[in-house]
Amino acid sequence: MIGGFSEEQIRRYSRHIILPEVGGKGQKKLLSSKVLCIGAGGLGAPIIEYLAAAGVGTLGIIDDDTVDLSNLQRQIIHGGNVGKPKAESAKQFVNNLNPDIEVKTYIERLNANNVMDIFKEYDIVVDGSDNFATRYLVNDACVITDTPLSHGSIYRFEGQVTTIIPHKGPCYRCLFEHAPPPGMVPSCQEAGVLGVLPGIIGVIQATEVVKYLLGIGELLVGRLIYYDALNMTFDEIKMRWNKQCPVCGEEPKITSIQEEIYGDSCRI
Amino acid sequence: MVIELDLKGEVCPYTFVKTKLKLEELDSGEELCVTFDHAPAVENVPRSLKNEGHKIMGIEQKGDHLWKVRIRKA
Repeated sequence: MIGGFSEEQIRRYSRHIILPEVGGKGQKKLLSSKVLCIGAGGLGAPIIEYLAAAGVGTLGIIDDDTVDLSNLQRQIIHGGNVGKPKAESAKQFVNNLNPDIEVKTYIERLNANNVMDIFKEYDIVVDGSDNFATRYLVNDACVITDTPLSHGSIYRFEGQVTTIIPHKGPCYRCLFEHAPPPGMVPSCQEAGVLGVLPGIIGVIQATEVVKYLLGIGELLVGRLIYYDALNMTFDEIKMRWNKQCPVCGEEPKITSIQEEIYGDSCRI
Repeated sequence: MVIELDLKGEVCPYTFVKTKLKLEELDSGEELCVTFDHAPAVENVPRSLKNEGHKIMGIEQKGDHLWKVRIRKA
């Protein structure tokens, strides 16, 4: 035991501890951090995998879905668990990878009624959801509770990722004020998705979370990375704070989470 | 006062990892004396420590395969 680390932890986290930017102090910060992962699907799988490996002490995983064979083309943590709740399957994966991690599972859908209670337990939220209703709910709840958020989304061969630090940079609504009308954007189920795509986007999200928790580097605040796998390009789009933003603007219209805003009408 | 750390039997990179963790417990200016019996550590650990700004106060060979490295924390 040196510096509060067991012999096993010294070996497990040695490559982190060696880094001047991390060290034992940074590793302890990670071990005492609490991260909530929204979804344990395409984006959630690599997010959960790397955050667990990095030694993020508490991982909350919310997902109401069960593992389907069609998920395994990209959701790499669910092998052998077809039919199991994804949150449970993810917990099993994390327990096998790193026994230091406490996993809290929520086998339910994130909604207007449970969001505030769940969010208050965590230091940062990572959105790996696959629909606009959840995405806007997560964004608004993060702004209202002042909780940092890593946003990622994927579509066919393309993905986007940004980091939202409420009131220090723009939020998701500053860029896209409202969800597209229902039926406008097809889901991954209808549109297809390249299996490796969420790996790239999810790992960028996990990178941002680790950087935020360590307090190092430059976060993707006010910047959105747009990734095109077919052309293998990463473009950076500048995002500006919108004074008229309905949730983080000067006179916000959304100041609490009301169910009617996040109903099925804006679900893809 | 010099704090002692015995890393006999330990190999790279854990020689550096454990030295670094011990140094993190010390205050700036305090000294740590680490004992190694792994020859590569005698070169590698001081180099890595210097990269992090610490000062190597001396390296002493104490036996056939035994060295003491004295470090002042930055």
